[in-house]
Amino acid sequence: MTSQVETAANESVNLQPAQETLLKLQNVSKTFPGVKALDGVDLDVRAGEVHALLGENGAGKSTLMKILAGIYQPDGGEVILEGQRVQMTSPIEARDHGVLLIHQELSLVPDMTVAENVFLGNMPRFANMFVNNRHLNDRCGEILTRLNCKFEPTERLGNLSIANQQMVEIARALVFQPKVVVFDEPTASLTDYEKVVLFGVIRELRESGTGIVYISHRMDEIFELSDRISVLRDGTYQGTFETAQTNEDEVTQRMIGRDLDADIQHQPPELGPTALAVQGLAIEGLYSDISFDVRAGEVVGFYGLVGAGRTEVMETIFGLRKADAGSVQVQGEDLPISSPSDAIDQGLGLVPESRKEQGLVLGMSCKDNTTLANISKFTKYGWIDTAAERTIFEEYMEKLRIKCPGWEYETLNLSGGNQQKVVIGKWLSTSPKILILDEPTRGIDVGSKSEIHHLIRELAKTGLAVIVVSSEMPEVLTVSDRIVAMYDGRITQCFDRSEVTEDSLIRAITGQNT
Amino acid sequence: MNRIVDLIKKQPIWIFVLVCIVFFSVSSPYFFDLNNFSNILVQASTIGLIALGMTFVMINGNIDLSVGATVALAASLAVGLQSELGIIGAVAVGLMSGIMIGALNGIIAWKTGVDAFIVTLGAMIGVRGLVFIYTDEQSFYAYDLAYSDFGASEIFSIPVLALIFILLTIVAHLILKYTIHGRNVFAVGGNRVAAKEAGIRVGPHMLINFILVGFLAALSGILLSTQMGASTPNLGRNYELWTITAVVLGGTRLTGGFGSIIGTLGGVLAIAILRNGMNLLQVPSFYVLIILGSILIIVLFIDKRFAEQQGQGVGA
Repeated sequence: MTSQVETAANESVNLQPAQETLLKLQNVSKTFPGVKALDGVDLDVRAGEVHALLGENGAGKSTLMKILAGIYQPDGGEVILEGQRVQMTSPIEARDHGVLLIHQELSLVPDMTVAENVFLGNMPRFANMFVNNRHLNDRCGEILTRLNCKFEPTERLGNLSIANQQMVEIARALVFQPKVVVFDEPTASLTDYEKVVLFGVIRELRESGTGIVYISHRMDEIFELSDRISVLRDGTYQGTFETAQTNEDEVTQRMIGRDLDADIQHQPPELGPTALAVQGLAIEGLYSDISFDVRAGEVVGFYGLVGAGRTEVMETIFGLRKADAGSVQVQGEDLPISSPSDAIDQGLGLVPESRKEQGLVLGMSCKDNTTLANISKFTKYGWIDTAAERTIFEEYMEKLRIKCPGWEYETLNLSGGNQQKVVIGKWLSTSPKILILDEPTRGIDVGSKSEIHHLIRELAKTGLAVIVVSSEMPEVLTVSDRIVAMYDGRITQCFDRSEVTEDSLIRAITGQNT
Repeated sequence: MNRIVDLIKKQPIWIFVLVCIVFFSVSSPYFFDLNNFSNILVQASTIGLIALGMTFVMINGNIDLSVGATVALAASLAVGLQSELGIIGAVAVGLMSGIMIGALNGIIAWKTGVDAFIVTLGAMIGVRGLVFIYTDEQSFYAYDLAYSDFGASEIFSIPVLALIFILLTIVAHLILKYTIHGRNVFAVGGNRVAAKEAGIRVGPHMLINFILVGFLAALSGILLSTQMGASTPNLGRNYELWTITAVVLGGTRLTGGFGSIIGTLGGVLAIAILRNGMNLLQVPSFYVLIILGSILIIVLFIDKRFAEQQGQGVGA
């Protein structure tokens, strides 16, 4: 066995004299019911490189990463680690092989100390029973020094900032002296300064010979940090590029492929009267002085970075948060909205940011979810009229092209795009005047994404006032008639579609505009 | 046919009920008998009535531990007050006490946000104390024989208690499945956030369910006291555990959002049939406890496996 490993390693050394290939995925496939998430994907990670994995939401990045980390098993293909074929059937096994994943969502225990979190499940012991606290804190201290962290091992984790918690997550991986570290969108919730620190740590890891897989869809970061870039699209492998020899256009082309939204026509919309007017809305500490209006038949995009306060503004309008100041007028009438049911009565609908946590009752059927927000419309003498419910669901199933085996099918088993359509159907069935969609295509495959974009345009054409909150510039540019840019709880600028440029938008959402 | 397969998959407890019926019919000559079936239904009705209400509470994502104490309080009031208020008046007060305890549980859990487990745990201890204070640790006897006659009465040779249980089971099933309240109970238990954002008011639904289970616990206690013609302050001890066992056996999830009255009926019958059958076979009752405990874990294990199979493949 050993000799085999050596031969394989030697071969790869011959092929790549500069750097040794640590990890290789060959022709890896993974199918979920109804979705081919990965189809014959190749990837090789060398020691001492940052290998960026690029792809749109739903391109298969997460699935690939979960295969690397042993969370999923591939249906086909091979995972080869240092020349040897391996099967990693659990995260623990992957860890023992030296492959570690830094999660996008932190998986730490807030009430334990930093050191306890770093060594969670792996505590230094004495007498095989007791925790060796001094050893624990000393070793944790060494790792924190290596990461340039300024906090103590004995600090309670919950007291740290998100960025520092992420450092703890990295420290936790370093305990195992990993060969390959996978970073999954690590900068999603970091400030610019924190980002610089993180990149420093990643570079330091690279210098020490660790292979790094860096997953992101932020082009600038990838070009700043990576040595090579691999692109995925719709679960298929689109090639690997040397970062120095490619440019953003080329990889974007590979990533997006065809331009699905090309046929969206932007005729000047026929605008009706003002449907929603927001004046001076503010919640202390979250956002301030938010004023805008939306007219019937218009799509207004809200663009900004995560944490700019867009979601909070929408939640306030919908009655989920209480405003400290300001007013909301719906169709010219100044009516207080203090709960979602008030908002629904006023003709508002909110397709929330996360459909699984906020939008759907996953264990309920498609039909039941469709009538969730206005079940009282479907009753006779106090009893639910199931036939009427079916009719309305089937109507929306056809209109929104929801792919679903039947009305009694649980939404749990639908794909992301179809789940989102059920949520949209739920709100359309309340016959709203104003529909707010918060990140309507997050985590949805490219095809369904385009369908939802078309749908949004069609809805506006029927006279609905639509607000789309999005963090994706192409999405905002595709669907909106006007774009409101937010930064740090303020509206920095409003653009007409005709006058907006990518550059001015970026500057508006990063606070560079004066 | 597919519907039957589907039903069995969703209600594994009914398979167990059928197996029990076949097993005891073969092994005891006294089991398969209309009179014995009536007996089983009467025995099942005590836990069964409470379980109907508990199903609502648990699907809604809550739990009520105070039902056993409510049984004792309602029974003591209904028997103890008969000399002053007459049977009808005393029974009305007994039922009222259940409604009040339920309302109190519901309002405290709703308005303070304290977990229902804790609120009703407090109620369970406190109400039991109240029972001991009221009864002065004494058992009460119903001197009016009409009271105990009711517990033994029959219509068309079916015991009235069994009829009440069957009737209320049907009503509970219809409410859970075909009313707005029932639908929203599932929605709130399945995803509280989504329900709230869909404009559903979470608190009132919770309150109604606690009142419902309180009322049914009181009714159960009163009907039990008509069977005995008496009440004791220790009546209903551990009933909360038996009720939860029956409901969970019937496939209702402790986390809420999932369950059915039909399943609960299966759970209630499973316990009653097992007890009755083992009794006929003269198995000491302690063995019955061991078997019931094992069955609970096995059924939930099967349920979990089914859930895992279904939940697979919800990937990126």
